[in-house]
Amino acid sequence: MTDNLIRMIGISKEFPGVKALNKASFELDAGEVHALVGENGAGKSTLMKVLTGVYTKDEGEIFYKGRPVGIHGIRHSQSLGIVMIHQELNLMNHLSVAQNIFIGREEHGRIPLFLNDQAINKKAAEILGRLNMDIDPTVRVGLLTVAKQQMIEIAKALSYNSEIIIMDEPTASLTDTEISDLFRVIRILRDEGKGIIYISHRLEELKQISSRITVMRDGETVRTLVTAEASTDTIIRLMVGRELFIQKEHSALPQDAPVLFEARGIRCGRLVRDVSFQVRKGEILGFAGLVGAGRTEAARAVYGADRMSKGEVLVGGITVQVESPADAVRHGIAYLSEDRKQYGLLLGLDVETNTSIASMKDYLRGKLFINFQKARQNAEKKTKELDIRTPSVRQLVRNLSGGNQQKVVLAKWLTRNCDILIFDEPTRGIDVGAKNEIYRLLRDLAAAGKAIILISSELPEIIRMCDRVIVMCEGRVTGEVTGDEINQQRIMQYATAREENGLEAGA
Amino acid sequence: MKGQLKSRIGTQKLIILATLAALFTFFSMMRPNFASYLNLMTIALSTCVNGILALGATFVITSGGIDLSLGTTMTFCSVMSGVSFVSWGFPIWLAIVFGFAVGAVCGGISGFAITKMKLPPFIATMAMQMMTKGLSLVVSGIKPVYFTGSENYKKIAMGNFLGIEGFYNAFILFIIIIVLAHLTYSKTLLGRYTTAIGSNQEAARLSGIKTDKWKILIYAVSGIFSAAAGLIMSSRLGSAQPQLGAGYELEAIAAAVIGGTSMSGGEGTIIGTVIGAFIISVLTNGLRTMAVSTEWQTVVTGFVLALAVYFDKLRRERRERA
Repeated sequence: MTDNLIRMIGISKEFPGVKALNKASFELDAGEVHALVGENGAGKSTLMKVLTGVYTKDEGEIFYKGRPVGIHGIRHSQSLGIVMIHQELNLMNHLSVAQNIFIGREEHGRIPLFLNDQAINKKAAEILGRLNMDIDPTVRVGLLTVAKQQMIEIAKALSYNSEIIIMDEPTASLTDTEISDLFRVIRILRDEGKGIIYISHRLEELKQISSRITVMRDGETVRTLVTAEASTDTIIRLMVGRELFIQKEHSALPQDAPVLFEARGIRCGRLVRDVSFQVRKGEILGFAGLVGAGRTEAARAVYGADRMSKGEVLVGGITVQVESPADAVRHGIAYLSEDRKQYGLLLGLDVETNTSIASMKDYLRGKLFINFQKARQNAEKKTKELDIRTPSVRQLVRNLSGGNQQKVVLAKWLTRNCDILIFDEPTRGIDVGAKNEIYRLLRDLAAAGKAIILISSELPEIIRMCDRVIVMCEGRVTGEVTGDEINQQRIMQYATAREENGLEAGA
Repeated sequence: MKGQLKSRIGTQKLIILATLAALFTFFSMMRPNFASYLNLMTIALSTCVNGILALGATFVITSGGIDLSLGTTMTFCSVMSGVSFVSWGFPIWLAIVFGFAVGAVCGGISGFAITKMKLPPFIATMAMQMMTKGLSLVVSGIKPVYFTGSENYKKIAMGNFLGIEGFYNAFILFIIIIVLAHLTYSKTLLGRYTTAIGSNQEAARLSGIKTDKWKILIYAVSGIFSAAAGLIMSSRLGSAQPQLGAGYELEAIAAAVIGGTSMSGGEGTIIGTVIGAFIISVLTNGLRTMAVSTEWQTVVTGFVLALAVYFDKLRRERRERA
């Protein structure tokens, strides 16, 4: 049972400005569940995208069952028997289970042009039976739970006679019982001799299901461990790597700074299960955690972008109703989205409009007409203050660089005089020079007495900038660190700490 | 860069203006009477109604929506106005104001259905189209409502401005409405938010703008434009014709789109729409003077619409790449 299914050797992949993979290696045996772990941006997804042909590698070799192969595109990898099951399932909710499994491979009946659903129902039932799954092939997929939908994806993979199944965070949205069901199915596949690549950050789970663990960091494969011999501490240390020396910014936060913003027991959807925190005037509070921990969702909830189902928001010690972004803004809360193009900017409009759009009422002449002169003066002032590089305030925001676009969003909120600023991944997609400018701005804003919440997936950024850090995992605050405790090891421990009895539906 | 921005907006208007000029020249050469004073006034008069509806369409489409009830709301407003004058004994000024109120309410209801009931704009306004169409017939008893007893009503649109023969008051009203629309569109909060919502509704909402409220207002404004068109229409005919109206909305949307209003929202100009409305009128009128049948006029208009949007798309793609 130890035939090599896949060997990837010295794989490199470069994107403009980033070396996403640097001579990474990986191997998978038949009948093995091989876990792949690493921090955000360690290169796990890129490596898998190379394996499934979404990206073409710059360097390196891939052997499939001992023979070198070049993988061109998803269709090619599928025909080789490599299938990836993504976190977001790709199913058509209005079609039946069998119709989903055999989409694109429908069977025709005796009458030409008419589909024979009975044939595919029978085939689907066979596969589902093989996996010991009790699902009716004729039921509409939209009516199934997420866990069962995932099983349909697995069944679909099997219907292609796949040899290698890649699962990306398959348990992220499952309850405990559903997880044990999934593991049962994974073991069936393993015993059939399939190879399974299991990507997850839940270290306890990896111990239950995998036989080997490969740790990735900064685009390299650090080491492959035999699961039985690996301790959680070792894995975390390998993920984090050598403690890099990060110059912490000097914090000027006075001891007695008052609490400006507080959230109590926030719940919202499935990703925010119980979140409480405080931010003080002049403080930079970090929100750390792995992708999917619910940080953005928590921020959107306290901002009123999504309606919270439970919880309380206090500004300056007074409970306030935040039911819409308009309410939040009125209380001086601003949210700078991680996806500034989609949620932060009016790309087709100019810098002047974008800076004044949240404060139009202050830029009116009389009650009706816009005071263009005042809006323009303000835009020019903010452009200067924040050093936004644009030929003029009439320039369309679409034409600015990422860093300058981010500054335009910031200018919008400074124009509105917001005191509580939530920055969600403010440096994503921004070059190094512009990043440092954003850091300097954050410091200046804190020094000016703003309360700042910094959500970031880049630990060095969190460690460098924050006075205090809240760590989230799966919708809950799992830890809080201050001062010297703000280090990678500590944060990663909390970020991978899945609480016992953490899932309501499991009980 | 500043010059580039100006020239880009200018290019688009220049193109449609050139199209209009080309059509005009073509028809004048083919049929000398086409450019006669009388015919020009006819063209202008027919542009008034469609042009005003197109202005309403410009607001709604810029906000990322659509309004299919423009034409039938127009009719409903004039029928209600007429009924209030004839049957309920409203003074004529109040009857006119009432017509505008009806328009605003119809639009507001569409806006409510779109924002609060979350109906797609296409469906919400199509429902409004059917309802106003039906109500016009019910209220009027499927008979024209004559504004008898107010000799001046007809003069609102058809009186000669400053006594100039053939230069109707309707033109002056049209010009006033264009100016008002332009000011609202480019200089007021409503116009700014219309563009912002159409450009990126979610970003606008997250900027603290009450997008629902503004969208309801935008549809109400569209209803007010319908009422204005209804006023001119009924004044011209001396009566409210309950069976008219259906189909006008499509011509209005076409005028806005030919004029450069982006169907995906966030972009458009009032002047562009006015030029778009004239292109349609010139085309229809010109083909008629050349004795092309009504059926073929429709075919040609459809073709021009597709062509205009295609060129606009090419222009946008070029810009996005740049």
